[in-house]
Order: sequence, then structure tokens, then C-alpha cells
Amino acid sequence: MYQKLIFELSKEGRRGHVLPKIDVPQKSKEQWIPKEFIRTRDADLPQVPENEVVRHYVDLSVLNHHVDKAFYPLGSCTMKYNPKINEQVAADPAFLNLHPRQPESSAQGALQLMYELGEALKAITGFSGITLQPAAGAHGELTGLLLIRKYHDVHHHKKTTILVPDSAHGTNPASAHIAGFQTKSIKSNPEGTVDMDDLKAHLNEDVAGMMLTNPNTLGIFENQIEEIRKLMDSVDALLYMDGANLNALFGLVRPGDMGFDVMHINLHKSFSTPHGGGGPGSGPVAVNDKLKDFLPVPVVDKTDARYYLSYNYPDSIGRVQAFYSNFGILVRAYAYIRMVGREGFRRVAEQAIINANYIKTRLKDHYDLGYTAPSMHEFVLSAEKQKKRGARALDIAKRLLDFGIHPPTIYFPLIVKEALMIEPTESESKEMLDAFCEAMLRIDEEIGKDLEMLHSAPHSTPVGRLDEAAAARNLDINYYKPN
Amino acid sequence: MPYLSNASTDIREMLKTIGVDSFEDLISNIPQTVRLKGEIPIPQAISELEVRRMMQELAGKNQTGISFLGGGVYDHYIPAVVNELAARPEFYTSYTPYQPEVSQGNLQIMYEFQSMICELTAMDVTNASMYEAGSALAEAVLLALHHTRKRKVLLPATLNPNYRKVVETYLANMEVEIEEIPAQNLTLNLSAIKKQWTDEVAAVVIQHPNYYGFFENMAEISAEKQDKSTLLIQVYDPISLGILQPPAAWGADIAIAEGQSLGNAQNYGGPYLGLFSSSQKLVRKIPGRLSGITHDGNGKRGFVLTLQTREQHIRREKATSNICTNSGLVAARAAFYLATVGKEGIKEIANLCLQKAHYLAAELIQIPGVEMAGPAPFFKEFTIRLPVEARKVISEGLHHKLFAGINLEQSGLKNHLLIAVTEKRSRADLDLFISFMKEVLS
Repeated sequence: MYQKLIFELSKEGRRGHVLPKIDVPQKSKEQWIPKEFIRTRDADLPQVPENEVVRHYVDLSVLNHHVDKAFYPLGSCTMKYNPKINEQVAADPAFLNLHPRQPESSAQGALQLMYELGEALKAITGFSGITLQPAAGAHGELTGLLLIRKYHDVHHHKKTTILVPDSAHGTNPASAHIAGFQTKSIKSNPEGTVDMDDLKAHLNEDVAGMMLTNPNTLGIFENQIEEIRKLMDSVDALLYMDGANLNALFGLVRPGDMGFDVMHINLHKSFSTPHGGGGPGSGPVAVNDKLKDFLPVPVVDKTDARYYLSYNYPDSIGRVQAFYSNFGILVRAYAYIRMVGREGFRRVAEQAIINANYIKTRLKDHYDLGYTAPSMHEFVLSAEKQKKRGARALDIAKRLLDFGIHPPTIYFPLIVKEALMIEPTESESKEMLDAFCEAMLRIDEEIGKDLEMLHSAPHSTPVGRLDEAAAARNLDINYYKPN
Repeated sequence: MPYLSNASTDIREMLKTIGVDSFEDLISNIPQTVRLKGEIPIPQAISELEVRRMMQELAGKNQTGISFLGGGVYDHYIPAVVNELAARPEFYTSYTPYQPEVSQGNLQIMYEFQSMICELTAMDVTNASMYEAGSALAEAVLLALHHTRKRKVLLPATLNPNYRKVVETYLANMEVEIEEIPAQNLTLNLSAIKKQWTDEVAAVVIQHPNYYGFFENMAEISAEKQDKSTLLIQVYDPISLGILQPPAAWGADIAIAEGQSLGNAQNYGGPYLGLFSSSQKLVRKIPGRLSGITHDGNGKRGFVLTLQTREQHIRREKATSNICTNSGLVAARAAFYLATVGKEGIKEIANLCLQKAHYLAAELIQIPGVEMAGPAPFFKEFTIRLPVEARKVISEGLHHKLFAGINLEQSGLKNHLLIAVTEKRSRADLDLFISFMKEVLS
């Protein structure tokens, strides 16, 4: 495996980039800047020729698993194919070189794209208002919760609490906390959906709202949604949808129609924009009429003649980032929406659901199902049975790497022991799903044969199983100042 | 639609394996009452060729030109290496490195990125990125409130107004007092800071160089901080650190910047890169991901996400930040950029900006009625006072494909223009702008 750090390639006097000569009358920097402001020690950045920089990062690149190479069934992450046309249209210099403070009249194409994308997202989700500002899903959650807070403030409701199911993403309670709420965890029932008795027990006038992922992180549709809506109404609480699993609903159910007041949309999950090794994403927040007045400013709007940024929202929560959106991600998502089109979205959801159910059917006799309710686009297996025989979910995950497959999300949701959360997405062919199932079945067989080999997996990756505890104990996160 | 891999025969076979007759049988538990009746009201699908044409038409309605716009986002040159590397699918189609054994590329780049930003800022610790500067600053203030257990924050009048609004939005529902440090001649009023900086202050935020381009009196601010438990948060410009003393030299506990300048396009506002660095004592409290060195069973060096117990997926409602997805690929671009321009390049870029900005400023203030709006030194950006409304100059500039600068009227400064100059502006660009300004102001 390639082992060097960029710093280890550095040699005094080498350089990777040459700049233009100064073409204006020059003075020494001390003549422009008082001495106290001038750097006394150079930043000792690498000195590496361009060729070596390229080789270094190309060598590193091939150590990554990525969706263009193979299957990536991470539950709740929706690792679908990232269409190439998206990348090409987003690389247009007339998008890339736009400055966010240039006059609106000179950015009409960008504003039109944002407006049309917003309209399409509203239509797909069944809402009447939208902000494109949030930079990621958790950022959208925070925005949505601030909207809920503002709604109650304006209506003089005294509210302190957000209800969050125990199957929720960790970002939900964290976002609620940052928005200034307490959270209360609501149990799941044996069917894997919200336990209505527990919900009723926690419901009172303090409740500002409930965050719900639907389908939830078990991949199960929360079919008591209409009753939950009524319960929220009974205490003037709002209903937030975590949109991480929107892919399952396209063309079948619209969150706005089933009673949600606000949701975030992960363009980097449901709308095919790439994950970039952890970002950037984009997390637009769609709302119904109750919350429209509070959206972050500016909001993209239009007159007959032009598109513009509207600041005319006196009750706005403010801004959640310095500018308007992760625009480059919006371009990609809009290309995808136009390619998939009116008829296509339902087919996306159908195929995602069929793919998940197909894997589930092939594996359910060998691995325990956390819950037996019908699955949508993802489902959760439990490796409890395998653990008793000596192999934990972690071992299974690490062994999958040897088959060239990225493992499912493991140990989440928290309510399933030894969880393996599998989301194949609509992108994968039957052959790929079969290869995954066969790998899972083979690993199950290996437990009886060679447990040692499983415990020390993976065996064919660039590095072996890494000691995470040692990394935290002997913290080295900065080459220049290792502990 | 080209993005589905299975044909209808495959689907029939799969449904048969599942043991259902039709897709409808799989979703029978979704109540009919919540189902979408009819189709989603969006346009019908179009082909890739048509999408390309549509996007070209939209792009064609935008206007680009010679830009003097700044305010946190700058038209710096992006070396070819950066775009070529970032276009590799191994980078852009990978996910968060939750399985480190197959993510060593991304994890090592995160480590190199963290290290290079630490070296640039002279700070001890840098995380793997935040969304952008505004929300990164808000998170820095949250950290300070949490760390000091105090409830007052001083924000400078010379802070980028958009960052200020983000901080206000984040703090709106907390019992926190935000006080403004006033400015005089577009730099902070030192005697005011001294008065305001009491023991109740959790965080003092200083932007240096400030929003108007001018330097703050960092030596005095730094001295004022000495005996206080307040956290000093400096907002900086990463390119400026090729010449200027880094935040650590001024005693900053947290350093925040917009990292767009480091190899990223302006992209009409994003995606950008929040740079978040801190001193060692805060390492267990900072938000976001960290990549750290460890080893495998054979003692081979490797990288993992570390100190994850700070993060939301472990701590849930007790987490100090809710950030999950960050700006991974944007940070990777910054790493490619810094590795390519290197130790000498960053100094030369900074010097080019400095020299060109000062040449332009000196020429512009020769024009009757134009003057510098403040006496303080500046780096690549400065504010001038005009004899006319800034709006007039800006809209006239558009006819010449010139983006003259940012109108500061929203900041309460009538007839003021904020002008940024990067290494991309040639002498010819600068002279064109000078003659344009002479003409429009004559």
C-alpha cells in the first residue's frame, strides 16, 4: 500500500506551481504593512513538484471504496449512482465563476435555476414554501426546528420539548438541543413504528413538535401517521419530517400530503448528488403555509420579468449560512430532476423498494430480522444469531470488505442489537444484489469454519483492521504537532 | 430513464422471489388516504442532450467578467491540478469514511488538510471542515459559551454582516446577550473594547483583516485578552496568512475562516468550506470530524475518524454540535491547493495580492472625490469613499463587464465601495478598471 504523507515528499527548493511575475510597481511589504503584522515564521507547507503532487493523490485515491466502483448499501445514506451529466453541467464556468454578491441582474440564470428547483422540490414533497439555504441534512434539521420555534413564539405558545423516536438519527436530538429544545425519546412498538401509548404518555402542552423519519430508520412506513398528526394538533405541536429516506416515497406519498409541516431534503441522498467523501451536501427545507413567513432570507422569487432574492420576510428566522445555498449541488440535483421527470420518480421508489425486499427475502432465513413489518427501501438485519456463534456485526462488516463490497450501516438504529442496516437503492442490478447476498451467506457459513479469519478481517484491503482506541489515546491529528 | 439497472423481466423475477404478485403488494401497509393521487406536477423527463442544452441556456443568462468582488469570497486562481484531482470519482463518489480500511485515501487527505491548516494558522488543532464561514463562526461561539459557561458575546461592528446574521440566528433561542463592539474609521474602537470586555464575556470575535479590508489593532486586543478566561475567536483570510501573522500569534483560541479561496470556485455562494481551528485545550470540545493516525494489527500506519464521542451519532442530545455531513470534497480541494502552491507559492500569492491591491488603491484615490475610507493598513481588500452612489458605479461597470465591488450601503455606509484584488487581476485589468472609474466619476 502507498504509505507516504505529502510532508514526507517535501524537499527544500522544490515547487509545484509557478505564479505570474509582479506587473505593477512593487514596494517591499514592510512599506505597506507595519512590521508587527508581518508573519515572523513561514508556514512550512510542503514543497513538492506538480508531478509528485498528482501521483501522491492519485495513489491515495485508489485506496477509497466509492460508488463508481462497487456496491455501497449503507442504510439511510442512499448511495445511489451519481450521473456524470450532473458533474459536467455543474462545471460550466458561467455557474462556477458567479460571485454571490454580484448584481442579481447578472445572475438571472442561476436564480432561475434555484427558483425552478425549489418549485420542483415543492411539487415532489407536497409543500408550499422552501429554502435552499441549508448546507446539509443536519443543517436543514436545525433550520426546520428554528422555524418551529419561531412559529410558537409568534403564536405565544410556551413550548420546550421536541419528541424524537428512539429509532431516530443522532442528528435529530442534537439539532433539537442546538435549537434550544429539550428532547424526549419515544419508544418503538414491536412492529417497529411509533408506540402510540408512549407517545400519548409524553404528549402535553410543552411539546413544540415531533421529528419523524418516514419511512423510519428500520425502513418501515409509519402507518399511524394520520393519528400522530391529530395528536400533534391536539397540543398545537408541529410535525417535522427527517427526509433522509425520501427516496422510498417518490411518486407514492408526499410528506406534505400526509400531514408533515416541515421537512428537510438531502439532495446528496435522494437527488443523486455525490457525497464527496463526507460532503458537501445540500439540505433544502420545505414547509407548508404555517411556516412560510419564517423562512431564512433571502428567498428566491420572481416577477414577470426577472428572478430576485427577496428579503421581504419580516418574521424570518434570519440566515443559517452566509449566502444562498450550496449552489453547485443544486445544479446537479436540478439536472437529475429533469432527467428523471414526472414519470420517473415513482419508478425510482418502486425499484429501490423492490431491491431492498429482494435482498431481505434472500437473507431472512439466515440472519434475524430486527422487525418483520413490510420494508420500504431499506431494512435492518440483526446479527444476534451470528454473535452467539462468535461473529459480531462488526466482523461481518469487515469481512464484506474482502468481497469488494462496502458493508451496510452497522450498530444503527440503536434499537436493534448487532444491527446491519441495508439500503441497496434503485441503482443496483439484480446481479449485484445477488453477489451481495451470496457474500452474506458465505460469511454466515464461514462462522462455523474459520472464526479466527473473521475476527481478523479484512484481509485484502490496503490496511488491516485499524485500532480506533489507539487513535484516541495517542492523539495525532496534526503532522506538525503530533503529541 | 437511464439510472435504473433492472429490466421488466428482472423485476418480475425479483417479485417472484419475494413472493408477491405485484409491487403494490409490497406497499399495502401505506394507507390509501395518504397516497399521492395522480402524478407529481413536474415536467416530463428529458434526455441528457436536452438537459445539457437547458443548462447551457441557463448558464448563458449569467454574466461573468473582471471581478473586484470580495467580502469573504474571492476570485483566486485555481491550479489545474486541483480540478483534475477533484474530478476523480474515487474522491467525489465516496461516502464519509465510516469503514476506514477502504477509506484510507480520504482519511489521509483529511489528516493532511488538518495539518496544513494548522501550519498556516499556527493553531494546534483543525477539524475536517465545516459548511462555510458563517455557520462555522456560529459553532465557535456556541463552543465558547459551553466552555466558559458565560452568557455574553462581543461581536465587532467590522464583522462580515452575513456572518453576524448567522450567529444571531443560531443564538436566537438561547439566553445569550450579544453586544456590538463599535468601530471608528472602519476599525474597532479600542477603548470601547476595553470597557466591554468584562468577566462575563464568553467570547470576543475579531475579524482581521476586517470586513472592510482593514487591519484591527491585534497587538492591543491580544494584550487585553491576557488575564481573561474569555475565548478569543479570530476570523481570518487564509490567503493573507502568506504574509500576515497567524491567529495563534495573536492568542486566538479559535480561528475561523472561509476556505473558498483555497482552490474552490465562487459558485454563487457554495459549496464552500468552513475552516475551524482551535488551541489544544479545546480539542475534546470542537465540532466536526477529525482524522487521526493509528495502526493495524501488523503495525502498519493508518488513519481513522477519532474522538467520535464528541459527535452527534454517539452523544445525541448531549452533543455540542449537530454537524454530520461537512465539506469533505471542498476540504480535499484545499489540501490539493496547499500541497501544490506550497511554502513559496502561498507567500507569492499573498504578495501579488498585496502589491496589486495597493497599486489599485493608490491610483483610485488620485481620482478627484475618491478617498480611502479608513486610515488602517490593508491586505488585498479595501474600502473607498466615492463622490457618487456606489450603485451607480456598479451598474455602469456591468456594461463594461466589470464587477466594481460590493456596495456597502446595507452596512450603513453611503457612497462606499468594497474592492478586492487577487493575483488573477493583471496590470491590464487594473488599468482598465482605473480608466473606467475615471470616466464614470468625471
